[in-house]
Amino acid sequence: MATTEQTAAPRAANVARTRRWGSSQARADARLGLALVTPAVITIIAIACYPLLRSIWDSMHKISLRFANQPRPLIWLQNYKDILQDARWHNALWVTGRVVFVSVGVELVLGMIIALLLNRAFQGRGIVRASILVPWAITTVVSAQMWSWIYDARYGVSNDILKRLHLITKPIIFLAQPGITIWAMIGAEIWKTTPFMALLLLAGLQLIPADLYEAAAIDGTNGWQNFWKITLPLMKPTILVALLFRTIDAVRIFDLPRVLTNGGPGQSTETLVLYAYNTLFTNLNFGYGSALAVSTFLIVVLVSFLYIKVLGAPAQGSRS
Amino acid sequence: MTAPQLSQPLEGISGPVPGAKATVRTRRVRSSGLQQAIFYLLVALFVIFCLAPFIWTLDTSLKGESTIFTVPVRYIPNPIDFANYNKIFHLSRFTHSLINSLIVASAATAISLLIGSVCAYALARLQFPGKNFILALVLGIAMFPGIAIIGPLFRQFNAWHLTNNYWALILPNVTFTLPLCIWTLNAFFRELPLELEESARVDGCTRMQTFIKIVAPLAAPGVFTAAILLFIQAWNEFLFARTFMTQENKLTATVAIAQFTGADVSSQFPWGQITAASIIVTLPLVLLVLLFQRRIISGLTAGAVKG
Repeated sequence: MATTEQTAAPRAANVARTRRWGSSQARADARLGLALVTPAVITIIAIACYPLLRSIWDSMHKISLRFANQPRPLIWLQNYKDILQDARWHNALWVTGRVVFVSVGVELVLGMIIALLLNRAFQGRGIVRASILVPWAITTVVSAQMWSWIYDARYGVSNDILKRLHLITKPIIFLAQPGITIWAMIGAEIWKTTPFMALLLLAGLQLIPADLYEAAAIDGTNGWQNFWKITLPLMKPTILVALLFRTIDAVRIFDLPRVLTNGGPGQSTETLVLYAYNTLFTNLNFGYGSALAVSTFLIVVLVSFLYIKVLGAPAQGSRS
Repeated sequence: MTAPQLSQPLEGISGPVPGAKATVRTRRVRSSGLQQAIFYLLVALFVIFCLAPFIWTLDTSLKGESTIFTVPVRYIPNPIDFANYNKIFHLSRFTHSLINSLIVASAATAISLLIGSVCAYALARLQFPGKNFILALVLGIAMFPGIAIIGPLFRQFNAWHLTNNYWALILPNVTFTLPLCIWTLNAFFRELPLELEESARVDGCTRMQTFIKIVAPLAAPGVFTAAILLFIQAWNEFLFARTFMTQENKLTATVAIAQFTGADVSSQFPWGQITAASIIVTLPLVLLVLLFQRRIISGLTAGAVKG
């Protein structure tokens, strides 16, 4: 994902710099560089790459850990063929898809509005900055419990507020109605992640040089035109990075549905990762479960590829 | 959003650091009292949006059993009742879980910083073969779904009798905090002035001496920022913690909260205790946020916007 042309310029500068120290220095640098990255690379290979390959290998077997010494035949891609026919997987894909599109979409719009609002000097910035970080810092599991209590059908504060505002007469059963629960879950997700989106966008806004707006003011443009002609085009890289982060996070969603609804009612909030997890650790079906896990991994790879190659999101860490 | 708000960038491009006096003055001249009021109203709404669930949780945790379960809801905890906190701190399962989380998150943060900081330095300053491959690898891990490796890790840890051992959690946490560590510090090292390192080397320091004597002290603030971010990430981890720790006294705080049944088994939804436990687990994070908000924000956004 790191592209060579992006690092070419600083590399040339570095090469010129190292040349002054002579080629033996360059060789020593290369040796030291390799030595310094080795521990991190070994950790990543041992704890992520190797297990991923094992997962892929497992996914081509029929493995049940329910009983010891069961045969574990190699069935190649049969598990993946089954996934494509699996109605429960289609459901999980549809649940995850709605979470991704709705929550990331709402977060982008809300985050942008908040970022534009906060992009100025005003009294009380510190309080706002601290409160933005609260939803981000709160553990997802804790936030799931908080919302579970807020959504409580009988004693929950959400029903109480709606009743006091005369919007409802009977309490809404937020967490036990298939058509409603997923939206309750998405609401909790939006609360938790919008502030982070706003932070990233605000940081991007602050990089736009002020003289562009001054020049536009001389040309007599209005705020709306400025937004579409200056702010949005210049924000494109930041927006794409923020969207990439959040989309991938949302595809991997697990903690919130696990604690808030455990996929219920029925399977109406069972996401891809939750389905894979249940297959692995509830049914102990490690062959099919691995195939579900690997297919989630492939979806993440596909999404990253689309963002980076098709939309041109700058790949992290490979620039400057 | 209306036009006046959208035109705000015209006036206030000051960074998060307050003190851009000129821009503040222009705005005061232009915006009327009404616009000011609308602006602060919107900001207040946003702050309420961010804090309300947390405040409601705190509020509930300070109520007694009889005031929690009432219809209509009672908003003011009267009298304030610390019984819930009292109960959870007498629950060894919960106090153990806090210690376990502290051990796992601290160890993972320390190890990740140790191996991540030297890796970030090498990526920022040294030329060596395979650099782009390593950048891509680190990037890939950041996007990696933990579910894709949890099965084999579970079987491996079982085979090595590592389940219910801290290492079973520390190792995956190190792996998944490494990308954040390497990005944040890589961005930080790039911003350090090269001249200092070069003059140290003209004076005869080796690379390693330069790193220890010149770079490390300069990097301390960056490392500290990274440490906060990594600790929060490790403290909040749930997927691996839930899977690799099954003994009651080995659970981490996140798992304990998720499986909370309370001190009193007979009451089915011990919301008073759950909210109290939630507050306790969140408190260290909220304190970190309050104390180091600027560092956290610059660390979080450095990798994303400056790239």
